[in-house]
Amino acid sequence: MDNDIFEQFTEQLRRYIRERLIPAEKEVLETEMIPEAIMAEMRDLGLFGLTVPEEYGGAGMNIQQYIRTMREFSYAAPCFRSVTSINVGMVCSAFKNGGTDAQKAEWLPRLAAGEIASFGLTEPGSGSDSAAMQTTAVKSGNGWVLNGTKRYITNAPFANVALIMARTSKEALPKNAHVSAFIVPMDTAGITVGKSDKKMGQSGSHIADIIMEDVKLPADAILGGEEGKGFAFAMKSLDNGRMSVGAAATGYARRALDSALRYANERKAFGEPIANFQLIQQMLADSEIEIYAAECMLDDAARRADAGENVLRKAAAAKVFASEMCGRVVDRVVQIYGGAGYLAEYDAERFYRDARIYRIYEGTTQILQLQIAKHMLREWAAQA
Amino acid sequence: MKIIVPVKRVIDYNVKPRVKPDGSGVDLANVKMSMNPFDEIAVEEALRLREKGVATEVIAVSIGPDKAQETLRTALAMGADRAILVVAEDVEPLAVAKILAKVMDEEQPGLVILGKQAIDDDSNQTGQMLAALTGRPQGTFANTVNVSGDEVHVAREVDGGLQTVALKMPAIITTDLRLNEPRYASLPNIMKAKSKPLAQKTPADYGVDVSPRLKTLKVVEPPVRSAGIKVADVDALVAKLKEIGVAA
Repeated sequence: MDNDIFEQFTEQLRRYIRERLIPAEKEVLETEMIPEAIMAEMRDLGLFGLTVPEEYGGAGMNIQQYIRTMREFSYAAPCFRSVTSINVGMVCSAFKNGGTDAQKAEWLPRLAAGEIASFGLTEPGSGSDSAAMQTTAVKSGNGWVLNGTKRYITNAPFANVALIMARTSKEALPKNAHVSAFIVPMDTAGITVGKSDKKMGQSGSHIADIIMEDVKLPADAILGGEEGKGFAFAMKSLDNGRMSVGAAATGYARRALDSALRYANERKAFGEPIANFQLIQQMLADSEIEIYAAECMLDDAARRADAGENVLRKAAAAKVFASEMCGRVVDRVVQIYGGAGYLAEYDAERFYRDARIYRIYEGTTQILQLQIAKHMLREWAAQA
Repeated sequence: MKIIVPVKRVIDYNVKPRVKPDGSGVDLANVKMSMNPFDEIAVEEALRLREKGVATEVIAVSIGPDKAQETLRTALAMGADRAILVVAEDVEPLAVAKILAKVMDEEQPGLVILGKQAIDDDSNQTGQMLAALTGRPQGTFANTVNVSGDEVHVAREVDGGLQTVALKMPAIITTDLRLNEPRYASLPNIMKAKSKPLAQKTPADYGVDVSPRLKTLKVVEPPVRSAGIKVADVDALVAKLKEIGVAA
């Protein structure tokens, strides 16, 4: 997408966030749902098709633009980004990387128009370790039959379509070739969605189990038309997903810091605003420094990804830093709010709870540290 | 029917304006600019009339610097069909009205919908001047607009409430704040706007002299309100009011 169009869009998005989304947060907190009117507006604005190529009805953003948009978007409560993120992140990316022409022509325009997607990898007994995956897809006549349970699936209660990873071979094969990806319309017979899980934060975004019992799918439901590619497609999507979560953490840290900045100027102690006290100023400055560092890391990783570089390590590094940074910032923000920071009446405690997930999903800090180190050691060994 | 919507590039409504140290005007260096909010309401009203099938084409016009192109692109992204930019710096309401009168001659619109005023100079003159120059009826401070046949009914916001006037078209309307809530430009429409036609003109093309007739003598910041004082009781309050001459 041309940069002038991108800037014009960013300007509109910023306004939309401040004039519509932030004022709607109270209703989201009360009802646990994004208001229907807001969902319709987000669809109209094109927020579900940011990364869908133009020829399929989307905006065709590159990775830098997508990551910057996620950062802007995350100035509002996390549920708004979350409901669009599976579309523009993993699922769109999987279709682009692995879909047949017919699959792209069928699904990308529907995703861009705002049909909501889920991505089913995690199970009760497995996550990133695909060897333990239990969900099976068995050939039957001209099609497939799926059985199994997927857990912690974002958007499951209101998804129109899910991309489900299932094993097409009993044995675990090298390079995860026992896993394939299936396009599953959520109204297919045999699918039930569990109760929405209660969470620490991120009000308005929903995760639930997807249970599949003898779900019959046509032959062309397998992504790419080929067995054994599912995990590879999924993993390819993860770099973008990690940068996207890093961007979400960074945008939300900015929101929290702006809120603390306002509070520190309003709240008085010893007859003057607490912003005048140097220990408060240190917390403000440290937060500003760290947010800036995260922004730079994300911009750099995204620029490299657009240039075709393998950013596995850098995307992981940016995600780890940004999410841990966000945790430190929201902690300081509660501290700046003082006693008010512990009360549900003020925003600070909600920021604190909402931010906690960023260090966990799309790869925990720990698994990403292991990955970064693994690649460092591998490179060292190759050079030695 | 065509609708012309003039739009102005002004200092963004969220920006706190600062006066230049020499008092010659407001400092606009590196300041965020956007479409005058009343003009956004005008664009929205025109688009709604088109969507209702009352109008067939919405033309956005800006008289201003080169950069006013961005403002026109915003109008196009909201949904206007095409745009005209008349490049001129520091134009006053009368010059703008004269150019708009010529544009009306050329385009023969059924309605011209303007913002009631721009938030930078708060002149609130252009619509009225345009009506006078063209001899067409005007409905200013519009709260509601309804087109029926060759007439447009405009409910105007006046001090006592609403006053509805019936105008023979072509007519001039200026928008008040409560007429509508302007839409956000969607990403697909922002992308489409890029290929919509934007014509570039100069005041000379319309034979209009835009040289300023007004001179700004001095611009100053509003005086800062000084803090109040607390009084102990009603007696002290009355005494204080007498002291400053407010109560006898």
